[in-house]
Amino acid sequence: MSQFLEFTVLGLILGSVYAISATGLVVTYTTSGVFNFAHGAVGMIAAYGYWELVTHHVPGALAMVLVVLVAAPVFGVFIEWLLMRRLLGDTGERPVMVTLGLLAILIGLALVLFGENRGDTLSPLVNGTIRILGVGVTAQDLVIAGSAAAIAAALRVLFHSFRLGVALRAVVDDPELLATAGASPVAMSRTGWVLGSVLAALAGVLLAQQQQTSLDTYTLALLVVSGFAAAVFGRLRSVPLTYAGGLVLGLAVVYFGSYAQPHLGTLGPDLSAALPMIFLFAALIALPSVRLRAVGRLSTLRPPRVATGWESLIAAGAFCLVALACSMTLTGTVAGGTSSFGVILDHTMAYGIVGLSLVLLVGYAGQVSLCQFAFMGIGAFLMGKVAGGGSLLGLLLAAVVCAALGALIALPTVRLRGLYFTLATFAFADAAYTGIFPDTRVLGQGLNVGQIVLPGLSFGSNRAVFLLLAAAFVLTALLVLAIRRSLLGRRLVALQDSPAAYATVGLNAAFTKVAVFAIAAGLAGLAGALYGTAAGTVGTSDFDIFTGVVFVLFVVVWSVRTVSGAFLAALSFAVLTHVWTNGVGLFAGAGIVLVGWTPNGILGIGPLARLVPERWIGRRHRATGDAGSLVGVVDGREGEIRAAG
Amino acid sequence: MSGQRLPAAPPITVDGVRAGYGRIEVLHGIDLQVPAGSIFALLGPNGAGKSTLLKVIGGHVRATAGEVHLGDLPVGGRSVEHLARLGLCTVPEGRGVFPNLTVRENLRIWTYSARIPLGEVEERTYTAFHRLADRRQQAAGTLSGGEQQMLALSRALVSDPSVLLVDELSMGLAPLVVAELYEMVGELAARGMTVLLVEQFVTTALAVATRAAIMTNGRITAEGSPSEMAEAALSAYLAS
Repeated sequence: MSQFLEFTVLGLILGSVYAISATGLVVTYTTSGVFNFAHGAVGMIAAYGYWELVTHHVPGALAMVLVVLVAAPVFGVFIEWLLMRRLLGDTGERPVMVTLGLLAILIGLALVLFGENRGDTLSPLVNGTIRILGVGVTAQDLVIAGSAAAIAAALRVLFHSFRLGVALRAVVDDPELLATAGASPVAMSRTGWVLGSVLAALAGVLLAQQQQTSLDTYTLALLVVSGFAAAVFGRLRSVPLTYAGGLVLGLAVVYFGSYAQPHLGTLGPDLSAALPMIFLFAALIALPSVRLRAVGRLSTLRPPRVATGWESLIAAGAFCLVALACSMTLTGTVAGGTSSFGVILDHTMAYGIVGLSLVLLVGYAGQVSLCQFAFMGIGAFLMGKVAGGGSLLGLLLAAVVCAALGALIALPTVRLRGLYFTLATFAFADAAYTGIFPDTRVLGQGLNVGQIVLPGLSFGSNRAVFLLLAAAFVLTALLVLAIRRSLLGRRLVALQDSPAAYATVGLNAAFTKVAVFAIAAGLAGLAGALYGTAAGTVGTSDFDIFTGVVFVLFVVVWSVRTVSGAFLAALSFAVLTHVWTNGVGLFAGAGIVLVGWTPNGILGIGPLARLVPERWIGRRHRATGDAGSLVGVVDGREGEIRAAG
Repeated sequence: MSGQRLPAAPPITVDGVRAGYGRIEVLHGIDLQVPAGSIFALLGPNGAGKSTLLKVIGGHVRATAGEVHLGDLPVGGRSVEHLARLGLCTVPEGRGVFPNLTVRENLRIWTYSARIPLGEVEERTYTAFHRLADRRQQAAGTLSGGEQQMLALSRALVSDPSVLLVDELSMGLAPLVVAELYEMVGELAARGMTVLLVEQFVTTALAVATRAAIMTNGRITAEGSPSEMAEAALSAYLAS
């Protein structure tokens, strides 16, 4: 019994940690309609700021005030002005991308300024130990538990009993209507971001103090990730439910780790780390869709002109000639290793195929997936394990099994729209990365994938492997463009424009969504298998969830709706990861700021738009009722319907 | 004038206003004089530009040429929230309520321009619309269409505006509810405010209006007394 009590107290404290970060997420979402993936990163920067002040002999309490009540509000005002104002009310993919970009830029900044691991710990704000129900609890833990409860209670009162709190909720519903009532939507949005930043900073410093390990950029930035499940439990709206969700999750993790995991022994991978994400996935599937409403209004883009069959073939031919020329510089055998240039070329092709899967999924279908790198990892695993590694069967199975797995994941999640779908893919990616890949029977630190052998063809040389990857990229690009020109492609655009209209003409939206997700998963699996065979050995770190997220940003920055965008994203990503690792996040983050201004990415900017086959001709439109403009799909062709009045 | 409220029931002067969306011009030089203290009905078929003109007057859409004055106050360059605090009340097209907030919370938002405490806002609203009193803790989005319009119109009731702009109040509502709402518009006007109604249902609007104009294709094509406009409206609708 005493052991149960001990686990319960520990679970409640862990739950308070989840709750304190999750309530901040809910506050930002409630007041801005944006799910802030960078919430933890803001906390991480605050923790580093606090550490800097304390090491310069500023008293802890004063440092806390300076970071939480001075620096954090200024930061909130700044990001609202720079990034968020143009996104107010937008339910498209841009808000998610912009906050992911902010996550990348803050992590990149921290890596440059502080390194990956500071090697220091933050001393707690308060010291000492207190016994509760016979269990020893540190004063710092009590501060966290008390803060979590106090914040939840204070926010509940603010949002329901004060005019400011009600207006903060109202601005997400209808900013224009709020203005007609005499309140400034911009001021409300700014206040929301200030409040969110203050809570992020408070959580960051408190949790960094509670962590007994040294200050670690990634750990701190992603600490909030475990709170996602609690936030979804509160439907991203209710602070009390989020707090309760945090406590339940904390208890579940501690009970599972203490009672269930020991009995599983070596039968399965250690699921304790992945439990919050499994909870998130379960919560997204279990909660009625009516409770998972997205806030804000629809915004849409005019789709790009799609290259014709002939244009695609000419571009593919030209690409093959360039690839052939590049391959001439490659020498040596796979076993003997390859040059940095060779690695960059191989990675460009493999990442390029993942980029193409994102064009299909995000660009054409409007489904933002963050788990393509997880499918890559599974593809590499199959390539390494099937028939002793490096076989044609392994290559085929990588694509087929990933497609099947994609369909399996998509089936229960297709009813989720927008952000919630993205969160489900994030949960899967994180569970795979933290719970499955590290197992030595899966990827561990390194899995020998083996040299690929195809019937009648030898791929012993670096040149041959690159040409194989380049051929796979070209064929995938032609496939993706062919899909876009096909009936399925037109259906994807129609479905993205108006799911309701899509259903009313008798088309099955669920089938289309599952099909496209499965195809994209299969392509990512294929890319993983090819990546593995080119690298020889792959480990968990090759399919890092954060790297996967940053790659999505690269594709969006260049243009997620064009094949050219996927290629340039893969090329720049491969080059930067080899030349300046810390700069990868900074580039993605800086680029994503652009997306706030030019939704079509770099390839959508003025003269550049005319250089690519699938050029952008449109600009952002917002459906606003009368005299607005609507983008419609008429008989498979994109047309614009305007109603002025 | 920046901090002062508008005088009671000022005239609305629209002088050569052109406006549109992007490169599409919707209003092609509108001249209109809404007399002080009148109930002015702006009629016309779909797509005539009525709502756009209302948005220009309310500060939502900027005029590319011309100017709008509320009394002596030029509208151009002022934010919507500033105009609201000066005494301009807009009941927008559709349901001008926050669907995820309760009735009471919506009323709390109205206090930004009402300048009276929430208790008084509630008392005035529930006295005029008894049905809302029973629904005070209900999310506005779950109310019937008529109840939502009552809640939207309550803004004018509690903020004592100088100018009231109402866009398609009757849209999608049963005739009895529409009659009740327009009765309230008449009562509001009697308190001393200038009312500009945009409406497609001619008889409904003309029954309460003291003056009216017809708009077609972004231009004012006729203006006069309600009885004069009844026939002009019919031909405008048939022509469209």
